[in-house]
Amino acid sequence: MKRETMDRDEFQKLYHDFQRGRISRRQLIQVAGLGVASAIIAACAPTAASPTPGATATTKPTEGATAAPTIDPTADWTPPAGVALGDTLIMTTWPNYHDPKTLDRFKELTGVTVQLNIKGSNEEMLAELLVGGTGWDVLVPTNYTFETYGSKSIVEKLDLTKIPRFDAARYDARLLSPAFYPAGSTNQYGFNKDWGTTGFTVNTKHVTTPVTTWKEFFDRTQADLSGKVMIHDYQLTSIGSALVALGYSFNSVAEAELAKAEELLIAVKPHLFAITSDYQPGMRSGDAWMTMTWTNDGVQLHRDIPEIEYVIAADGGEIWSDFFAVVTGAPHREAAYAFLDFMATPKVMAQDAIFHGSPILDSAGIALLPASSTGNKISYPDAASLTKLEFGTAELLTNQARADLWARVKSSS
Amino acid sequence: MTVREPRAGGRGRSRAVTALLLAPTSAWYLLLLVVPLIILLIFSLGARAPEGGYAPALQLDNYLELPTRATAFINTLWMAGGGTLLCLLVGYPLAYYLATRAGSKRTLLLVLVIVPFWTSFLIRTYAWMTILGNTGIPAILAGLGFGHVSLINTPAAVMIGIVYNYLPLMVFPLYVSLERLDKRLLEASKDLGAGRIATFRQVTLPLSAAGVLSGAILVFIPIMGEYVIPALLGGGKVFFVGNALVDLFLQSRNWPFGSAAAIGLILVILVAVTLYLRVGSRAGVQREVSIL
Repeated sequence: MKRETMDRDEFQKLYHDFQRGRISRRQLIQVAGLGVASAIIAACAPTAASPTPGATATTKPTEGATAAPTIDPTADWTPPAGVALGDTLIMTTWPNYHDPKTLDRFKELTGVTVQLNIKGSNEEMLAELLVGGTGWDVLVPTNYTFETYGSKSIVEKLDLTKIPRFDAARYDARLLSPAFYPAGSTNQYGFNKDWGTTGFTVNTKHVTTPVTTWKEFFDRTQADLSGKVMIHDYQLTSIGSALVALGYSFNSVAEAELAKAEELLIAVKPHLFAITSDYQPGMRSGDAWMTMTWTNDGVQLHRDIPEIEYVIAADGGEIWSDFFAVVTGAPHREAAYAFLDFMATPKVMAQDAIFHGSPILDSAGIALLPASSTGNKISYPDAASLTKLEFGTAELLTNQARADLWARVKSSS
Repeated sequence: MTVREPRAGGRGRSRAVTALLLAPTSAWYLLLLVVPLIILLIFSLGARAPEGGYAPALQLDNYLELPTRATAFINTLWMAGGGTLLCLLVGYPLAYYLATRAGSKRTLLLVLVIVPFWTSFLIRTYAWMTILGNTGIPAILAGLGFGHVSLINTPAAVMIGIVYNYLPLMVFPLYVSLERLDKRLLEASKDLGAGRIATFRQVTLPLSAAGVLSGAILVFIPIMGEYVIPALLGGGKVFFVGNALVDLFLQSRNWPFGSAAAIGLILVILVAVTLYLRVGSRAGVQREVSIL
């Protein structure tokens, strides 16, 4: 835990170097990765059920944050006084990611109906945002998108006075840091919704020999599990995990390594049941026995069908964090900020997390989680299992080689 | 000249009226068809911008890269051709029955053909996901002792979805042409000694050729541009040019290559339809017209 003493600026500099490819993932993870996991696990352990400084020991209040919020973090959320919120809010987000009850509650309190617009990849979101005129208000982007979204002003610099319930002091600065653009500045473009990993789920009723690595995942797909496996319709995770299976970095853009990954994916494709980012239906119906999976889907599938187990691959893969952000030019901007403030309320986010299953970052929110959530190994895995995981780098969002590779794999026979 | 003037004026006025009446359609086609096609053409000669989208350039690289999408084109062509043929094979007997034998039930049956259209196309296709999935038809087949059959996310599933969705577009033109068929011609054929098969081949089929032709075109062209059915019932594995286009525009954001692929698709459809009409006109559609 010595690394816990690394201060925020030092980490941001390090993370920035990593995003730019100046240091390797191993260096970053050796220096910081384990610390992140330990900090989170420490904060979630039942013995630390109160908001102890465990998770935030390294956190200094962010300059961009509101000065000493006077709002009690355990209080219920109330709509901002004297602000017309309208009746609609459009949120572009991921499958199986919000408790319908949370959205119903927001409507009850404000009269605003939250319309969900579900996407399968950040690239798909970006494609529409670049064209403009989406009419979207709230976006749930992933850590690696902020460099593009910030530099192109696709999402707006948050007006933190409109999100009084958000308090950076309760967040792990290292996981919050990707939301600042330029990296290391005080311009905050989002705050963490949750974090998680990209592993895979296995239906152990049908798959009796364990699958533990991405290498085995792709090998078995071409052998005894042919026709029963799904991968994401998402270049980041599908190419990244194939790269890991081959022994390369999740974030590789090296031509030779990508060519190997393409070869593997094209060889695997005829053996897949489907290429889709909405894989819960296939797993639930029993059509598929194994699928590339995000933490939240892993929790939901395992909760309903206990024989479906979630695996963090022993050879690596992705660790991610998703954020709430406001789209520049949002037609329902006031409602968007009200919704962000609503979601920044510890009680609300904890209740929502019980449903979606991804671990949250707000220490006050974590403190409100029941032991069944914090004790869930899918949500809060052992720190050791995270050491090999990598955050996606900013470059990958717009990298043409990876984009073209994925389009070729999809259209291959 | 002076004598002709009023007439010329009248013709001028009628021309003005014609132009006025055609203006909305012309504007519509110009703005929503010709202009976008020109934009598509310009984009197809461009380059991909660094973060995706279009960057001006003048190059044929995008067209030279089209062979990398050959699988999608071949897949689309055979699925569209096969789907049209299946629609015809399934739709013809139905249309024939409706036009000649249905009697008092005809209106009811015609309504039943249309009823599915009252539900959204998307919802009907989602319903097929459940029907073809593990807990649907495969479970019934397994219960009957057929072993495990995989249907969803296969070309067969996509074909079922296509035939199901496009069948009415085939049935109606066929029904109209068969319904107009003069029954006395069938009697004459019988009187002249032709059997049932000969009558069908020499009288009924040629006289309904116009219906076959228009039904086939109504079905073939939209299947060529199909995206939703392969996306939902093909699980991202049965790939049409339409799916390739969505990927190129919405995932890899390579607009120039996407534009080139779109123009490629338009050309393939144009060639296919031209060939088709040629074959059709030779197969005796004119004969039908001359008889009528």
